[in-house]
Amino acid sequence: MSSITQYIDIYRDNAKALDDNSAPVLNGLRHKAFQALDSKELPRRGDEGYEKTSLEDMFAPDFGLNIFRLDIPVDIAHTFKCDVPRVSTLMSYVINDKFVAGTATPDRLPEGVIFGSLAHESAAHPELIGKYYGTLASLDSVPTALNTLLVQDGVVLYVPRGVKLEKPLQLVNIFSSPTPLMAVRRVLIVLEEDAKAQLLICDHTQDGERRYMSSQVVEIFAGRNASLDIYDIEESSPLTSRCSQLYARQDEGSNLVVNGTTLACGSTRNDYHISIEGRHASSFLGGMAIASGHQHIDNDSCVNHHTTDGHSRQMFKYILDDEATGAFEGGITVFPGADRTEAYQSNKNILASPVAKMHTKPQLLIYCDDVKCSHGATTGQLDQNALFYMRQRGISEKTARTMLMQAFMADVIDTVNIEGLADRLRHLVEKRLHGQASFCSDCALSK
Amino acid sequence: MENKILLDVKNLHASIDGKEILKGINLQVREGEVHAIMGPNGSGKSTLSMVLAGAPAYSVSEGSAMFHGKELLELSPEDRSHEGLFLSFQYPVEIPGVSMVNFMRAAVNEKRKYFNEQPLSASDFLKLMRQKRAIVELDNKLASRSVNEGFSGGEKKRNEIFQMAVLEPRLSILDETDSGLDIDALRIVAGGVNKLKSDKNATIVITHYQRLLDYIKPDFVHVLYKGRIVMTGGPELALELEEKGYDWIKESND
Repeated sequence: MSSITQYIDIYRDNAKALDDNSAPVLNGLRHKAFQALDSKELPRRGDEGYEKTSLEDMFAPDFGLNIFRLDIPVDIAHTFKCDVPRVSTLMSYVINDKFVAGTATPDRLPEGVIFGSLAHESAAHPELIGKYYGTLASLDSVPTALNTLLVQDGVVLYVPRGVKLEKPLQLVNIFSSPTPLMAVRRVLIVLEEDAKAQLLICDHTQDGERRYMSSQVVEIFAGRNASLDIYDIEESSPLTSRCSQLYARQDEGSNLVVNGTTLACGSTRNDYHISIEGRHASSFLGGMAIASGHQHIDNDSCVNHHTTDGHSRQMFKYILDDEATGAFEGGITVFPGADRTEAYQSNKNILASPVAKMHTKPQLLIYCDDVKCSHGATTGQLDQNALFYMRQRGISEKTARTMLMQAFMADVIDTVNIEGLADRLRHLVEKRLHGQASFCSDCALSK
Repeated sequence: MENKILLDVKNLHASIDGKEILKGINLQVREGEVHAIMGPNGSGKSTLSMVLAGAPAYSVSEGSAMFHGKELLELSPEDRSHEGLFLSFQYPVEIPGVSMVNFMRAAVNEKRKYFNEQPLSASDFLKLMRQKRAIVELDNKLASRSVNEGFSGGEKKRNEIFQMAVLEPRLSILDETDSGLDIDALRIVAGGVNKLKSDKNATIVITHYQRLLDYIKPDFVHVLYKGRIVMTGGPELALELEEKGYDWIKESND
């Protein structure tokens, strides 16, 4: 039996309850998603695009869904103090898949800006949200269709024309449930012309003993000359799985930074689809993955240049220790007519143990002559000469290895634009490389 | 009375990738002495320095190397460093992303930890860096960069002597420190070595050419050939080698 069946059954048995506890804009796509899933199965390891990751296995456990939106008690203030020092943000939470407002209250945001519950805001502004919701996320993707079928709430960030948010926003995703749970998470980001925003997202798992799964779909619309930075940091637990699909559309002159960091996880799959549809748009897509134990991290990118003078850069770096496994499949497609495109991709990996494994597959499809494109992938060990040099100076092997691994990640961290966050990431990476697990109780982002 | 023996190497055999390079080295170095090791290419000079420093690629099959009463060959490279062994590398390694400051702070504080001392305070550490930089006229700008990254040949060698000044070793091995140096840089580097000399520490200078020995005066000159020390003399031996080359050594030892 395919593991998708249990979710189809949940939908069939609870279609009304799903609708009743959500909002019309979200309900409007459920049936389409259901049709899209007809006779489909979740990709298995070895399927095209999923060479090292089985979504079939990831979705297989008997997760519960909180369809009736029961309040799962969580004392945020007690268990989670996520004040990133020197990084001043306006914060909100998603507890499992329910939006909870924090310091990012409407009165602290510029007029017209929406940062709130997708269900609530889409009920209040059905035309605005309905214009965007579900229009980028492709139902041809089975996990995206499944998310669309079951989603009941999420987060919307809407920044109207010309509004530039001074303070970064922060979204803290927390898993907290006494039973195994799947959270169906959804994020919709719309930046109109000349708007500007920065968003820090962090994933946490409250309880390392429980099995959790997040199914996440993010849709990003960057209007003309808009500027958006997203930093997504996952620090979950070995029993947490994450299946995330991000879709972004960039209009003329827009600037997008997406930086995904995986510091702790069980099994993670991140898909990035960036579509450059306006001239002179630029995007940076970065990824930093550190895995040990039996962790698995798979990042897939697909950057499509549809118009002239676009610029994109991808930089993904992995450090894999113990029996960890990593995968990267990165794509750049330059469509006919997208002249003067510059598109670069790099994937560098360090295997810190003899049994860690990395699979990398860069792909370039260019249907246009006047372009500058490159890709490069390397997988290797730490520089043995550097290691000996450092040890000769009295630096212990363990410290030397940590310093070299930190140095390896330096250029990804240097791309971070939120003040104070780069320093914090350096510290988190250092802590991570010293083997300190970070769950919410000792949240690395807190003091 | 003779000074105390600092390093006592006996019948040292070592190989790399299954090939024996050192075939029974005997060498005694006392406190306050400067030894020069010369020899043609491929005779094992750099291997000797790497083996004494504990490079993992080499394996020792026989012999011993006592360092002020401790068996060097049983210590990890970092502990050899803490015990006072310093190797100035022939090719100092570039380490992108690791700043000189972090590198030196880690080196200094790990040594202090080894001797159960508290880490240096930030201000004391910076003061130490300033003092030691002056010895080899190392630019402050280099100190803020990644270790050896983008340094010129001369800057790399000066950086080696700077690190030596900071770590205050009991025995320094200078492996081809003169290679890649112009005459001014050579003077600065040699000047630095001489400033650090005392009657409690010792230096082994590995070199091809006599040139460096004009600046760092050796007490003993050894000729290494095919993995053995085949001749030992005073400073005049270096001059003789400069004049006659190595062929006469090769002929009498082949």
